[in-house]
Parts: sequence; C-alpha cells; structure tokens
Amino acid sequence: MEQNSNTKRMSMIVTKGSLDWAYPPFILATTAAAMGLDVTMFFTFYGLTLLKKKLDMSVTTLGNPAMAMPMFGMHMAMPNIVSVIPGVDAAASAMMKNLIKKKGVASIEELRTTALESDVKMIACQMTMDLFEYSLDDMIEGPVVGGAATYIENATECDINLFI
Amino acid sequence: MADQLLDAKGLNCPLPILRAKKALKDVAVGGTLEVLATDPGAVKDFEAFCRVTGNELLDSKVEGGIYQFLIKRTG
Repeated sequence: MEQNSNTKRMSMIVTKGSLDWAYPPFILATTAAAMGLDVTMFFTFYGLTLLKKKLDMSVTTLGNPAMAMPMFGMHMAMPNIVSVIPGVDAAASAMMKNLIKKKGVASIEELRTTALESDVKMIACQMTMDLFEYSLDDMIEGPVVGGAATYIENATECDINLFI
Repeated sequence: MADQLLDAKGLNCPLPILRAKKALKDVAVGGTLEVLATDPGAVKDFEAFCRVTGNELLDSKVEGGIYQFLIKRTG
C-alpha cells in the first residue's frame, strides 16, 4: 500500500468474539483497506479469540433481544428464556452459519485472510493474553503484541477510530 | 466492452467491493473493469468506493435484477 501523508487511516478496538460480532470489524477493516486506507485492528478481551488459528465462534440468544431468525417464512424471536434450553445456542449458531453460506455472506475466515493480504495491521492485547492464558503460538501469523499505549499512539494519527 | 469482467452475482456486502479491488489490480491504468452484482447495496457502495479511491465510475445501471458497474482504473 502506498504510504504517504495523504493516506487516510482507521483504527479499531475489537472487543467481542462471537460469530455475529466478528463481522463488523472484519467487514469494515477489509473494505477500508480496499478503499486505500491504512487500517489497524487492536484485539482485546473476547475479541482476541478472533485471532486464533482455528475459529470456533457461536452466537447466543442470551442478552440478544433484537435477534430474530428467519424461519417458516416469518421471523422467530429469540427471547432470553430460550437460552437456558440445552442446544438452543448451538442450533442458533448452526442456523446462522447456514444463512451466511446461503446468502453469499463472506466467512470470517475469508475476511480475516483478506485483511491480512491487504496489509491490515493487527495488534494482540498483551494483558488479555496473560489474563486468558494465550500465547502468540495459538494465533495466526501476522499480529504483533502491544498494549493500550500502542493503540493510543496509533489512534492519535487516525482519521477514524472505532470501538466494536 | 470492458477490459476485465468480474461476476460478483450472489455475493453480499462487502464481497463485491473486495473482489472488485482485487480485480482492478489486473487492469492496466486507464483500462476498465465491468462488475456484475445482485446486491442492491452495491449501487451506493461502488459510488463511494470510486469517490474515495479516485477510480472513475463510468456507468452504473440495472437490467433484469443484475447491477452492472463500469469502472475505469485511474491509478
């Protein structure tokens, strides 16, 4: 990517690691990179799991009151109470993965690979790695380790800073 | 007739844009890329993509549910 003072820059703090929440950061990072922006993603807390070599994301109906799945030609609400039924979250996750495939939506793996190919910089939060006992060996190749100060310095130079 | 054709039919946001970005790399500066898509959101997205990247959107139309974009690579 061309690096000059005119290049716009974007940074993102990625805090969530569920299948649904994995989409916004990777969609925005890959699109911004395609539009010529210099992009940095800072992965912290549950967002850090999106850097794992093998992704195993799921969705939960708990605390997700707006979640409604298209079923039988209508939208089925997913009230919090159903999340206590064993297998509901697994079924909802399987259903969402199925929809993703059917509707021509990219997989997170594809978006992540595209992000790396487009030189999106990835920073893995050191504190989260210590807290949840991860090492860089568990992660894909590409991310560097850093902390809050690393992110803040980067953010001061950015045109867009997002917290997701 | 465009220099390159990209079939992005059936793909959803942001794949048409990502594939177009990749395809533009194989187009010579001054050459054109035609993109076919079925994602209605692609209309506004290709306008924005071209405005930000400086590539020129020569044509944008819809025919029989297929969106057609003609992009000229400028740099």
